[in-house]
Amino acid sequence: MQIVLISLLNGLVYGMLLFMLASGLTLIFSMMGVLNFAHASIYMVGAYLAYQISQVLGFFPALIIAPLVCGLIGVAIEVWGLRRVHHNGHIAELLFTIGLVFIIQRLVQMTWGMLPMAYRVPPLLDFPLFTIYGANFAAYRGFMLLVSAGMLLCTWVLLKKTRIGLIIQASLTHPSMVGALGHNVPVVFTTVFAGGCLLAGLAGVIGGNYQTTEPGMADGMGPIVFVVVVFGGLGSLAGCFIASIIMGMIQTFAVVIDYSIADLLAPVGLALHGDTLLTEVLTVPVSRIGGLLPFVMMVLILFFRPRGLLGTRDT
Amino acid sequence: MVLALAGRPALAEDTIKIGYIEALSGPFASAGDEALKIFGYVLEKINAQGGALGKKFELVPFDDKLQPAEALIALKTITDQNMPFVMQCTGSNVGAALVDAVAKHNARNPDNRVLYLNCGALATELTNEKCDFWQFRFIGNVEMRAVARVKALPKDVTKVYLLNPDYLFGQSVQHDTRKWLEKLRPDVQIVGDELIPFGKVQDFSSYIAKIRASGAQSVITGNYNRDLNLLIKAAVDAGLDVRFDTYLAQVLGGATSIGSAGENRLSTVSEFNSNVPVELNKPEAEAFVTGWRANHDTEFGFLPWLTMFQMLTKAINQAGSTDALKVALALEGMKATDLVGFPVEMRAEDHQLLMPYYAVTFTKNVKYDAEKTGLGWKIDFIASTEDLTLPTTCKMKRPTS
Repeated sequence: MQIVLISLLNGLVYGMLLFMLASGLTLIFSMMGVLNFAHASIYMVGAYLAYQISQVLGFFPALIIAPLVCGLIGVAIEVWGLRRVHHNGHIAELLFTIGLVFIIQRLVQMTWGMLPMAYRVPPLLDFPLFTIYGANFAAYRGFMLLVSAGMLLCTWVLLKKTRIGLIIQASLTHPSMVGALGHNVPVVFTTVFAGGCLLAGLAGVIGGNYQTTEPGMADGMGPIVFVVVVFGGLGSLAGCFIASIIMGMIQTFAVVIDYSIADLLAPVGLALHGDTLLTEVLTVPVSRIGGLLPFVMMVLILFFRPRGLLGTRDT
Repeated sequence: MVLALAGRPALAEDTIKIGYIEALSGPFASAGDEALKIFGYVLEKINAQGGALGKKFELVPFDDKLQPAEALIALKTITDQNMPFVMQCTGSNVGAALVDAVAKHNARNPDNRVLYLNCGALATELTNEKCDFWQFRFIGNVEMRAVARVKALPKDVTKVYLLNPDYLFGQSVQHDTRKWLEKLRPDVQIVGDELIPFGKVQDFSSYIAKIRASGAQSVITGNYNRDLNLLIKAAVDAGLDVRFDTYLAQVLGGATSIGSAGENRLSTVSEFNSNVPVELNKPEAEAFVTGWRANHDTEFGFLPWLTMFQMLTKAINQAGSTDALKVALALEGMKATDLVGFPVEMRAEDHQLLMPYYAVTFTKNVKYDAEKTGLGWKIDFIASTEDLTLPTTCKMKRPTS
């Protein structure tokens, strides 16, 4: 019971962090058709910037400034990069973002070096918030939940209650129609791209000290965010949210499951013996392959429901 | 592609070239980069004393990206250029490939043999089942570390939790720790034993919940870098009070990323650190360390790399040439003392360097801190060369000529 409750909370924290990253990506992907490979790199840049700014001004100014800078980087990428390669088709855009991954990675390494940064949780938030069954729940994790919930609310209001949101939503599903109605679709694209990068930067600020700020952090988050986007479905923020929480829960819960497929078969009377490959595969405990589960789920959903959980278009 | 310093003009001076295969790009590049700096410092000292046979040593670096296939391409270049030595310090999978390839090359080309100096491929089997005459390992293997680790475990710790990365190194840590716990500390109960995907876990708090539920007093772990850092962070966040008895917490960047979270609860087994000469009262060795610290923010942790070049110099001088066979025969059974005066020996049976290990704790109470963190490594226990002279299963094939 204790483990279930703690895993539930931690899964929620991790899931919300994933959502913050994935929501920006899913908006960009749905609207522009570009799978932005550099999205996790912006997350990394956000973490590094936050570290640098927090050295001078403290954590809370960094929480505001770093995402804004990431948003500006997003504008620059869209206006001077993506827009130029756009007329060469989606493949060119895709390759462009892959190139960006390497460039950003290298720039970060050249600026900050290859060692992890000493980016720490601010002392103000460095205390246990409450205790359940003897285990502390850190205040910083609570703060992460708060920030991501706030972000969720803001995005929701922006998309559902404002005129900009209306146009963005329309562009998600019918970009050419929106253009035909006289809206400046390129500006909408830039706004969305910048907004996505801003969210990625924000995720970086609060994820950088929750995890480790190091040049490999983009590689760690990148694949899992794609899984979330594909699993949740194109053009659906709600799907993205559900997928994020599911992935967060899976990753935290898989760890605590010590059973293997063989244990599942045992009550049915199927006992496995010997040293065959099959036995080996079936007796691996779930906790050991937990990291694989999201990818298995992505493959399954692509088989049975290619548009994702709540998607409106096929991927 | 091979990242040799190919475009460099040939040096007028005749040097002893050592082909150095290392991960110089990719996720482990930081460690490779640091190793190059350490060898630079070591060779500066060795060459200042005249090198071997009046010639200086010169490292020729090659990037293997931690891939055995790349390492073999580099080895080909090294043998094509008639370099007498090849050295490699990261990755047992690369090490195993090199042991094989060097043995084959030497059998086929008796007039152009090469000696493999292993300075960091740690898998125990490389000097046991897979031992080879042409490989010399100048660093302790996993089993030697496991013995030091188990011997250094405080007497009041009776419940331990094993948590290791799920690949060759982690599995051998798991196996050897179990084996020596049973032999040396039958009173210790293993309350949990788990392998985790290497570098994939984003949040360790569920593991922490499991460790708490198991009632363990210590987590014995071969995790390092990001995994170890996240593990300790999650423990601190959850207020779990256990020791972390690690194998590799001292590796580059560990001190910086763990920081005060590890104070007095993080321990590791290491070859050396800045405070060893202080605690053993060896001013000369301390001067060597301060010479390094004057220009670098990092620890000088790899004393065996200095020992390696001292022994190699002696062997080349004894052999009177850099011929691989002659140098190998001179190295076999060679006894020496390391920088702080402990005896070391290149065992002839398996070509494993017998050397001491230091079990150390991360604490404020030291003269030299690690990576400018204000905390440094303090010796708890020294596992002597004698303690770590373990039996080997090596049955070596020796060359006939």
